Amino acid sequence: MNDLMIEAHGLGKRFGETVALDGIDLEVPTGAILGVLGPNGAGKSTAVRILTTLATPDAGWARVAGHDVVREARAVQRKIGVTAQDATIDEVLTGRQNLVMVGRLGGLRRGDARARAVELLDRFDLTDAADRVLKGYSGGMRRRLDLAAGLMTRPPVLFLDEPTTGLDPISRARMWGVIRELIADGVTLLLTTQYLDEADELADRIVVIDHGHVIANGTAADLKAQTGGARLEVTLSEPHPAAAATLDPFVAGAVHVSHDGRRLRAPVRSAGGLATTIVRALDGAGITVDDVEVHQPSLDDVFFALTGTPVEGDPAAPAAPDADLEVTPR
Amino acid sequence: MSTATAAPLSPAPDATRSFGLVQKLREVVVLTGRNFVHIAREPLQLSDVTIQPVLFTLLFVYVLGAGVVLAGGGSYKDFAIPGLLALNLTTSAIGTAVGLSTDLRSGVIDRFRTLPMWRPVVLVARSLTDVLTAIICTAFVIGTGLVIGWRPDSTAGDVIAGVAIFLFFNYALSWVCACIGMVSDDPETAQGLGLVVLFPLAIVSNALVPTAHMPAVLRAIADWNPVSAVTAACRHLFGNPNPSASIHAWPMQHPVLAALLWSVALVAIFAPLATLLYRRRTTD
Repeated sequence: MNDLMIEAHGLGKRFGETVALDGIDLEVPTGAILGVLGPNGAGKSTAVRILTTLATPDAGWARVAGHDVVREARAVQRKIGVTAQDATIDEVLTGRQNLVMVGRLGGLRRGDARARAVELLDRFDLTDAADRVLKGYSGGMRRRLDLAAGLMTRPPVLFLDEPTTGLDPISRARMWGVIRELIADGVTLLLTTQYLDEADELADRIVVIDHGHVIANGTAADLKAQTGGARLEVTLSEPHPAAAATLDPFVAGAVHVSHDGRRLRAPVRSAGGLATTIVRALDGAGITVDDVEVHQPSLDDVFFALTGTPVEGDPAAPAAPDADLEVTPR
Repeated sequence: MSTATAAPLSPAPDATRSFGLVQKLREVVVLTGRNFVHIAREPLQLSDVTIQPVLFTLLFVYVLGAGVVLAGGGSYKDFAIPGLLALNLTTSAIGTAVGLSTDLRSGVIDRFRTLPMWRPVVLVARSLTDVLTAIICTAFVIGTGLVIGWRPDSTAGDVIAGVAIFLFFNYALSWVCACIGMVSDDPETAQGLGLVVLFPLAIVSNALVPTAHMPAVLRAIADWNPVSAVTAACRHLFGNPNPSASIHAWPMQHPVLAALLWSVALVAIFAPLATLLYRRRTTD
C-alpha cells in the first residue's frame, strides 16, 4: 500500500503530429496540494484531462485514489471532483438546478442533493443568484459554481484546472479564499495555473511543465531560489557614478545599469523594508531617486531561469479553449 | 440524516450513494428533466412542439385543403390530421439533433463524463425526451383537429394503436437524428442537415396529398417511404380516408406491419450507430 492519492508515470499524449505530453511523472500524497505551473499549451490541461478520465494516455499510466484512470475509470470518477478551465456547467439551468443535477448524477438522493446544493451555494456566496439562469452570472460566479459542482459528492480528490485564469483581481482573491478552505478540509488537490504567485500561495509542492515535460519539481522556495528570488529596479533622477556601488551590499548579484545610467536592476533576496533601506542608502550617498520597485519573481522569471527562454505569448492573457492543442513540438 | 451533519467537505462513504439499476434510472430521469428545462427556456424549441403543430394544422387544412379533392371521397380534414401528425412528428425529431449537438459543443458534456455515469445515458435521455415532446405535439395536433371538426371513425383502442405507431416511429427517428447531431459540428449544421433529411421525407409521402398523381419516380419513393406507411397505418386505424389502400405497393397494402418493420429497422441500425458515434465524439 502507498499513500499516494495521485500517481502518474511516463504519461504521454499526442494529437496528430502535436506532442501535448511527452512522458511526465506526478506524485501527490494524500492530503497534499500540488501546483502544476506552466504557460499556455504546456500540457497542463491534457494532464488533468487524463487524470480525470476525460482523455486516454498514449503512453505511461496513472492512478487516482488507487485506481487506474483507464481500466478503472468508473472507480476513479467516484472519487474525484473536477473544475475544468472552460466552465462545465449548463448555461440554460439555474445555479441551483446545476448543482442538484450534478449531485443526483453523482448518486445522491434528491433530498441530499438539494441540501448539499443549499450548503455549497451559501458557502460560495451564490445564494442570491441561486435561482438565476447562468447566462446572467459573472466569470467569477461561474468559476465558483463550477467548483461547487465538483464538490457536490464530497470527493476526496479535487482537480482544479486554471481556477483563476481570466478573473479580475477581486474574484481571484475570493477564489483563493475558497480554495484555502478546501485545503483546510483536508482534500487532496491538484491545481494547474499560469501564475507563480498562485502556486506559491496555495500549493505545498510545484511541478513546472513546459512543452509536455516536467522541467522543475519542488517547493515554491526551491523554485524561487533557482530564479534568484526578487528583482530590484531603481530609477534615478539623473545618472550617478557611485549608484551601482551603493546598491552592491544589498543585492544578490551583479547590478545592471542601463545605457542612460538612470535605471539600475539587480536580483535581490526580498526582505521586509528593503525599499526603505535602498532609498536611505542612496539618499545618504547624495543620489536622488525617482522610483524604487521590488518585483516578486513571475512565471516569466522562473521560465527564464529554468529554460533560458521567455514564455511564448502572454501568460496573463485569457487561455484559448483548446490551448493545450496548440503545443509546438520542441 | 448522517450526511447533513457531517463536516462540509469530508468524503462521504459510498454507502450513501447508490449505483446500479436504480442509479441508471435516476440518471435518465434527471437528464430528461434537464432536457425539458432546456425546451421550456428555448422559445424556438418550445414553439416547435406547441405553436407549430397548431399553425401547420390550420394552414394545411384551410389553405391546401381548399384545393385537394380526394379520389375516393371523404373530407380533406379527415384525411389531413394523420398526415399532419406525420409532418409535425417527423420535423420535431430535429430537436434531438440540435439538442445533442448543442450539448457536445458545450462544456457540460465534460462534466457528465467525469461523473460515474452510465455512458449511453445522454442518448437514452435524449430519445426519451423526444418521445415525450412527441406526445405533447400529438396532443396539440389532435386537439386542434377536434376543434376544427376532425373525428376518428373507429374504436378508442384503434385510435390509441394509431398514435402508438406514430410515437414508435418518432422514437426510431430520434436515433436517426441523434446520428445527425453527432456528425454535425454545431447546432446550426445539425438543424440544417436535419431539415434536409427530414423535410423531404415528410413531404414526399402520402401525408399531405394522395400519391396517385405524383410523377412515377416520386410516387414510387412516396409509396415506399416509411412516413407513408406510418400515415397509412394511422389513417386505417383511425378510420379516416386512406386513398393509399388502393395502391399495390406492398407497404401500402400492409401499412401497420410496414410501419412497425420500418421503425424496428431504424432503431436496429441507428441506435447502435448513435452509440458508436457518441463514443467516438467523446473520446480523446
